[in-house]
Order: sequence, then structure tokens, then C-alpha cells
Amino acid sequence: MTPTLWVMKVLLSHWRRHPMQLATLLVGLMAATALWSGVQAINTQARLSYDRAAAAFGGGTTAMLVPARETSVPEGLFARLRRAGWPVSPLVEGRVRIGEQQVRLIGIEPISLPRGAGPAPAIAQTALQEFFAADGETLVAPETARLLGAGAGARLVTETGTRLPLLKPVADLVPGLLVTDIGWAQRILKKPDRISRFLLDPAPGGARRPLEEVAGDSLRFVAAGAETDLQRLTASFHLNLTAFGLLSFLVGLFIVHSAIGLAFEQRLPMLRTLRACGVSARGLVGVLAAELVLLALAAGLAGVACGYLIAAALLPDVAASLRGLYGASVPGELALSPQWWLAGLAMSIAGALVAAAQALVKVLRLPLLASAQPQAWQRAQQRWLTGQAGLALVALAAAAAAFVFGTSLVAGFAVLAGIMLGAALTLPVIISVVLRAGERMTRGPLARWAWADSRQQLPGLSLAMMALLLALSVNVGVGTMVGSFSATFLHWLDGRLAADVYVAAKDDGQGAEIAAWLRRRPEVAAVLPSARAEIQLGGETIELLGVADHATYRDLWPLLEKSDTVWDRLRDGDAVLVSEQLGRRLGLRLGDTIRIPAPGGDWTAVVGGLYADYGNPRGQIAVNVDQLSRRFPDASRTRFGVRVAPADAPALMAALESTFGLGGRNLADQATVKAESHRVFNQTFAVTAALNAFTLAVAAVALLTSLLTLAQSRLPQLAPLWAMGITRGRLAALELCKTLALTLGTALLALPLGLVVAWCLIEVVNVKAFGWRLPLAVFPAELVRLLGVAMLAAFLAALLPVLKLARIPPVTLLKIFADER
Amino acid sequence: MSLRTTLSLLAAMLLAALAVAPARAQGFAGLGTDAGGFAEVVRGRPLTFPADHGAHPQFRIEWWYLTANLVDAQGARYGVQWTLFRQATVPADRGEGWDNRQIWMGHAAVTSAATHRFAERFARGGVGQAGVEASPFAAFIDDWQMRRAPSEAPTLAPLQLTASAADFSYALRLTGDARPVPQGDAGFSRKSERDQASYYYSQPDLSVSGSVTIDGKAIDVTGQAWFDHEWSSQPLASDQTGWDWFSMHLESGDKLMLFRLRHADGAHFFAGTWIGRDGRAQPLDPGDIVLTPTATTLIAGRELPTGWQLAIASRGLSVAVAPLNPLSWMDTRFKYWEGPISVSGSQRGVGYLELTGY
Repeated sequence: MTPTLWVMKVLLSHWRRHPMQLATLLVGLMAATALWSGVQAINTQARLSYDRAAAAFGGGTTAMLVPARETSVPEGLFARLRRAGWPVSPLVEGRVRIGEQQVRLIGIEPISLPRGAGPAPAIAQTALQEFFAADGETLVAPETARLLGAGAGARLVTETGTRLPLLKPVADLVPGLLVTDIGWAQRILKKPDRISRFLLDPAPGGARRPLEEVAGDSLRFVAAGAETDLQRLTASFHLNLTAFGLLSFLVGLFIVHSAIGLAFEQRLPMLRTLRACGVSARGLVGVLAAELVLLALAAGLAGVACGYLIAAALLPDVAASLRGLYGASVPGELALSPQWWLAGLAMSIAGALVAAAQALVKVLRLPLLASAQPQAWQRAQQRWLTGQAGLALVALAAAAAAFVFGTSLVAGFAVLAGIMLGAALTLPVIISVVLRAGERMTRGPLARWAWADSRQQLPGLSLAMMALLLALSVNVGVGTMVGSFSATFLHWLDGRLAADVYVAAKDDGQGAEIAAWLRRRPEVAAVLPSARAEIQLGGETIELLGVADHATYRDLWPLLEKSDTVWDRLRDGDAVLVSEQLGRRLGLRLGDTIRIPAPGGDWTAVVGGLYADYGNPRGQIAVNVDQLSRRFPDASRTRFGVRVAPADAPALMAALESTFGLGGRNLADQATVKAESHRVFNQTFAVTAALNAFTLAVAAVALLTSLLTLAQSRLPQLAPLWAMGITRGRLAALELCKTLALTLGTALLALPLGLVVAWCLIEVVNVKAFGWRLPLAVFPAELVRLLGVAMLAAFLAALLPVLKLARIPPVTLLKIFADER
Repeated sequence: MSLRTTLSLLAAMLLAALAVAPARAQGFAGLGTDAGGFAEVVRGRPLTFPADHGAHPQFRIEWWYLTANLVDAQGARYGVQWTLFRQATVPADRGEGWDNRQIWMGHAAVTSAATHRFAERFARGGVGQAGVEASPFAAFIDDWQMRRAPSEAPTLAPLQLTASAADFSYALRLTGDARPVPQGDAGFSRKSERDQASYYYSQPDLSVSGSVTIDGKAIDVTGQAWFDHEWSSQPLASDQTGWDWFSMHLESGDKLMLFRLRHADGAHFFAGTWIGRDGRAQPLDPGDIVLTPTATTLIAGRELPTGWQLAIASRGLSVAVAPLNPLSWMDTRFKYWEGPISVSGSQRGVGYLELTGY
């Protein structure tokens, strides 16, 4: 065996004698790697599906010609463009409701479809014959087919009774999407002779006539590689997840740091002996590093595996969040690349080396014959606290700078990170000050010792306490944010869902019949028709929502800002209401003029009010329903709100059901719609709750490992007390009290910090990520509960070391006096 | 022109699943032996113009083919090909708009001694992306077209011919007042000893002037062109493996079209038409055509007979046929060889050669 291997063997023997320490180190590394790679897996999965969604029929990868003013252009433009040398392929798209599911339907023209722009690689090569045949085909992802409860060869029927071509599941197709031939899609979507957009074949072709010459100003060129809507919209969400992952990674590294620190402490005599035997400092560091990499590899593998499990467990929640917040469809099955595994391992190794850097540098500078320095910790601690306070100031200053100068979402997170890092770094300083004060105020010798001893423990525990502080404050912050959102959302829902019964007719004809029927009913207080249209504004698709001119809206609709007589001006078509997020995106304020492209000519109106439209990724403009119908004759008028006394609602719904054959999605009372909205809301934030729990658990593990570590190294401090007559039980009780007191102090600091985090999330991050601002609400009961959870976690973490201390064999304590450390 | 290209192309289209053939189509090119509900080619139906210049959607396949032998001011020779294929994917297709079940395919090529450039286009019928109108004549796919130029003459010509791709383009004007020449028996062109046949006529006497652009460099050219129009529903026997087709402009002013349909058993089917200076067409006796490959070119693993010896005793013709560019390979979705040739021996001349099924 070479000397290096001998040294390695000697070093590794330490772990055999301290399996608990080894476990701590491995758990720390695993925890760090697991959450980080879990979050990365989720992000990668989501991005992959956006890319696929974008790549299917243009978006990120294919250049396009899109309607410049309206949502579609006449079909005749297709031939005109082709005849002018533009290698375009037409596409028509829309949404259809099938049973309970809303899905996107795309009609393609397979012959001109650019290669690579297809829904799946398979389509270009196989069985276009059937796709193009008389019966046609509806291509669908297998998971979407399952969701729709239909298999190959089935014929789906839309809500409006249109039959789709034969269903054909195609692996790799983007989920939530149906693909048919363009002719079918035009009929199903009721867009005869219309094209939604054109894909441009990237293959080089001949000369093209200028676009304006061919299409006037009806089309707009969109270059390939432009950021897709989904990417833009969801960027904030993924940044959020990444921040969580990074936080967990850091907390995990705290654990690793303390475990390595302890191992180093304990191996000092061994290291000195090895050095005395002639092993060079460099050689020793090399072997230590190799040992670390080995451990990191093992822990990293386990961590990445755990990360996979975490990702698989969280993905349904994440998918629900993305669907709820952005309408983005992410498949629920995880697909991972080798790069992801390698990245996880690399993170584990890099993290271990960073966490061990301090210890390794110490080994390099290890004095060969240093004597014990019992008071040295005090001076060292003083220096350490000063350094930490300085760092904290830097972090807080950075946060302030990001707040003042930053405009982006990343800047918002930077503010958050700076505040949290600064607060965490300040924590030991604050605790130290408190402990010093306590020491001064106490008289009894044992109590004084307890204070002083706590202070001495501080460097060993401070990292765990910082981890706890971060985890708790994030919990408080995110909990407060979600709670505020929930409260606001429910209140807002009350205002928005003012009608008692909601009816959706199959088509305009039935809509008119239903409206007339409802007006004849004596119990119906009011029929509130609504209509929807889509327009292009500022490069994005915007919803136009037509609302009736009725007291229901005048009195109940909560507007964030409004001008006087806004409802009268709305009725006359002079004013419109703009959703908060659209207003923010387009920089619209009260009184600004807005130009709405309409088929019969632009509609110019004043922004008469701004309203909250939580949870809607699209911008929305609310207008009077009659004005909308007049300017957009194609807008369907199939939806009605009905005001009726709650007691009469069930009978009215039953009558509507039997008279018009309405049911399911087409008929709902207020309570059902609210319950459904609430369910979607809760689902949307489920992933946040899960991540919160994970972070808190990691912090508890950090505390446990730190305490275990300290229990070992603090025996020399406790042995003299025991020798002076204080029982082991009493010592253990004292230890428990000290831990709980430290935790309580940390948790109490975490509460205000958490509220600052919540403020930051609501005022900075949310506004940038979603475009809406909420009032901050504090939930004291929730704070008390978290405090309890923290104390419980601390108690559980302290239990094992304390029990060990209470039962420690006296001979171990006696040995302290024999050993020369 | 002949069936050759189109049939193989049809096979390619089917194989590439670009086109949609009836499910029962089987065998080579999916052509089977019956017309499968499509209109049938019958002897004795007179061709009528200008109506027959247009499309015949009730037939399964159809093509308009133009080849030109050109020369620039320095005497350098060029060849130009412009082809539009139509295929009906269901019988009796009357669909309009997106319901139309006709598929169109365009091929264009420019050949010089040094280079051979080609491009292809695909289109779906019914929406104005591709089609053929009889009068005034216009055949088009995307921005490629062969269109009747304004004129009082009752003839097919004058025509404007354009095509452009990434690395070449051309814009040519074709003139000539000759009447269309029916091939075979008054336009009924047999393709085998059995029933296979097509309607086929040519306009072999067109003068050309215009410009060809290769890699952005425009070259003024003049020369002569040959126009073909052919349609059928069941033009091939199942044991026919490929085709060698010739068109020639001879110095004497005579024109010659002949083809050999290769049979797996070696009993090839020959046919040809001698078109005199006066435009009168006379079918050749198949036994009179002696066609021998003299040189081959290896392209993409295929051995292609690009040099030939041709003898037609009754016409006193004995000539050698050599390609302008032996690498005139159409590496399109379906691959075939098509390029300009020169003729020497008892007569001199130029023309076009097409080799398929190799």
C-alpha cells in the first residue's frame, strides 16, 4: 500500500468510530443535494414542456407571421403569400371544451408545415395518409387522451356538439392539445376561412416580395427565438422555485460545515501525529479532500436519487400551480437527462468542498506542536462576531441597493436574499449581546456559568440557528403572503361572482332563447348577459369582457381605482375598465386613452377604472356588453349571470336543465363556482406549502446535527461541573433549557423578519411576477403556531443529545480529566 | 413527356406519406392495375384545346413538363427544367377549399456543364397555392409559374416561365406558333402491351429567350424548349421498373421523342414519335428503335446510363447521345436523373434525357 492509501485508511478509521458523525455529514450533503436537484428537475421538466409547446407549431423555434391587429386573418392571404414567395404554412387555433376539460385545438396544413415545426417528430413521417383522409384524425398526447377518457379511434364531441375526427394518440405530442387538419379545425372552431397565424419555413427559398406589398399591415413578422409567452410568464415562478432550492442547499451546507468542523476538531491529535510521522501538509490536505470527494459522491448519489423522489412528489403540485397561474401545461411524468444527475453530483462535491474549505486551510497551517489554549475560543469568537457583523452590513446594504435601483424580478429576489442573509449573519451578534447582558444580570454561580457556557456554545450552534432563522422567516413570509392572497382573493371573488346562477348556452341562438325564457320568470330579478372577444394589443392577446349595465356590477364590483360616473361612461362606450396587470404591463393609468382594434374600425376609449383580476395570466379589458356586441359582431353571447333569490336558485336551475338540456359546465350556482375557484387557488399554492415544510425539516435536521456535534465536544466543559456535584440529569435539563431558550430567541427574531419577507414578496416580487398588488394581512394565530412548531422541532432535535448526556457513563466524564486534548 | 418521372414520383409521394393514396393502392407506385374509380384513358377521344391545356382532376395523375436547351453569348450551354405534377388522392374529388384532395408538386432545375441546381415545392389544391388554368393558360405552384403572356395568337405560346430557389432562378419567355402535337394515336399513348395508356401531347417547337441566375449571377440565354402535357389514371404495368426518355431537337428541324419502359424480364416496351419540320407527327415502329447504353455514371450508389447509342433505320438516324453534365441528379424527395444532352453522328442536335427507377 502506498503511503497515501495508509493515510487515507487512518483518516477513514475516524468515521468507523463515529458513525453518527458520518451519518450527519452524509445527511447534510444529501439534504442539500436532494432539494436542489429536485427543484432543478422540476424546472427542467417545465422548461422542456414549454419548449415542446413552443416548438410545436412555431413559437420559440419557428419564425411566424401573426395578425397585427385582429386575432385572425382571411384564408386568402395564404395563397397570396405563397404566390409571393413566402414559404408559409397556415395554422388555425382555439380552445374547445370536451366534457369537463378545456383543451387547445390546432389545425395544421401538413403539406406546407415546415419540418421540425410539427407536433411531434412522428407526424411528418408516418401516416399522414389517415390524417389527410376523409374521416381525418385528431392527434393527441396519450396523457391528454386519458384525461379526456377516450382511446384511439374514438370521436370526441365538443361542448357545442361538434364531432371531432378520429382520435389518434401520438407519443411526444404536447399535452393538452388536439391537432387536426386545418379544414376540420376551422369548422370545429367556427372560424371558416380564417387563419390564426402563419409559420415560416426556415429552409432557404427564393426571393420574396415585401410583406406590406402582399398583406398590407395585416400581418406582423415575429422572428424565431423570440421569448414565448409561457417562458416570460412563468419565469418568476421558476425563479421562486430556484430560490427555495438554493435556500435548502445553503441550509444543508450548514449541516455539512458543522459536521466537518467537528470531525476536524476530533481528528486534530490524529492529524498532528500524522504530520509528526512525516506526512506533508499538502499531502494531508490532498487526502482529506479526496476523502471528502468520496463522501460527497456517495451522499450526492443518494441526494440526487432523493431529489428525483422529491421532484416526482412535487411535480403534480407544480403542474397544478403552473396551470392555475399561467395556464401552462406540464406533463406529470418526470423525464431526466444524464446532465441532471451529473449536475447534482457536482453540486454535492462543490458544496462539500466549500463547506470544508475552512477546515482544510486550517490543516494546511496546522502548527505541529501547538499546545492547548483553553481561553483561545474567546478571542477567536470576538473576531468571528465582528467579521460576521461586517458581512451582515454588506448584505443589508446590497438589499437596500437592489430595492432602490433594481427594477427586475431578479432584483426583487436580490432584496429578499440580502435582507435574509443580513439578518441571518446578524443573529449570532444579537444573541451574543443578549447572552452577555444576561450574564451580567445573573448572580448565582450555576446560572452565570449557564449564560457564559451558552455564549461559548454560540459558534457551534450559530449556523444551525441561522438555518432555523431562515427557514422560519421564509415560512412566515410565504405563509403570510399566501394568506394575504387568499383573503384578498376570497373577498374579491365575492364581488366578482355577484350573480346567483351562471348559465352558458350552446350557441347564440339558444342564448337568445334562454335570455327570453329567463326574463319571463317571475323569480328572476335580473338577467346579466356577458360576452367575450379577443384582441391583439401591445403584442399580446387580450380578453375583452362584456358586462351588463346593472346595479349588480355598479354596486358590487370592487374597483381598485375609478373615475366618477365611470359606469355611465362605460354604458355609453366612452370608458373601459382595465385589469390591474394589463394596466401595469401597458403603463395605463386612470384617464389614459386606449385604442382597441375592432373589426369595424378602432374603438377609442378612456380608462375609467382599474380592477383586480387575480389569477388571470392574460390581460383583460372590461367593457359594456352591448358596446362589445355592436363593435365585435362575432363575439358569442352565450353566457348569462342570473340574479335570483338564493332560495329559488335550485328550482330555477332544475327548470333550466330540463327545458334547455343544460348541465355540467353550462349551469352552476354561485356557491359551486366559488368552491371551484377556491379549490384551484389552494391547489395553486400547494407546492409552496410542501416546500415550506421541506425547508423547515432541513432546518430541524441542521439543529439536531449541530447539537449532536456539540454534545461530543462539550464534554470537557461539562465534566468539571459534574465533578463539582451537579447531577447528570440536572446538567441535561440545563442543556435542554439552553437549547430551547436559544431557539425561542431565534424564532422570535424570525417573526418580524418573516413579515419583512412577506412585505417584500407582496410589494416587490408579486408585483413583478404577476402584476398584481395585495394588501398585507398578518395572521397572529399562524405566527403562534409556527412558533410552536419551531419549539417542538428544537425540543425533538435536542432530545437525543440530552438523553445521551443524562445517561452518559460516569467513566466517560472521568476520562475527560485523564485525556489531554 | 412520359410517365416515367411521375409514376416514380408518385411512388415517392406515397412512400414519403406526403400524398394520400386510396388504401387499396398497392404494388409499385401504388398504381395497381385498375383505375380505381378514376376516369379511364380511352382510345379515340379527341384532344380539344384550349380546354385540354387545363387540369383533369378526374384522372389520378397529370403533369405539365417543360425542358429547354439554352446557350449564352459565349456559347456555354445550359438546361432548364420546370415541372408541375398533380395527383388526385381520392376518385371523383370535388372538394373545395381545404376539402380538396389534390396534391401538387413542382420541380425546377438549372443545369450547366459545371453545376446542377434543383428545387421542389409541394402544395395542396383548392386554396390557390397551386393549380392550372386552361385559358388563358397558367400553371403555378407558389411563386413558380408558366403563364400565357398577353397575345392575340390562338396558340399556347407565348409563355412566361419563372422559378426561383435559394441558389438559382430563371425567367424565360417562350414563343412559337406551332400547334400542339398529339403523341401516340391522336393523343392516346400506350405504355405497355396491355391496357396501360395516357393522354399525351407536346409542343416541341418553342423558342426561348431570357435569363438564368446561378448564385446571384444573371446570364442572358436563348435556345429552344419542349413542352409536354400528359394525364392518366392507370398508365403503368406492375412489372415495369423504370423509364429512359429522350426528347431531341435535331439540326434538320425535325423533333424526336422516344422512350423505353423497362420490364423486369428484359422485354422492354419502346415507343416514339418523329415530328417533321412541318409539325406532322408520325409514330415510330417500336421494332425500328435500337437503343444501347454506352456510358454509365455512378451517383448515390446507382449506376445510371448517361451515354447512349441510338439508331432508327427507317429515318437513317444513327447518333451518339452524351450528357451536358453527367451529374444531373434530381436529389428531390423522389430521386431521378434529368438533364440536357447533345446528339452527334448522322445528325447533330440537343435535347433532354430522363432516367428513372435506377
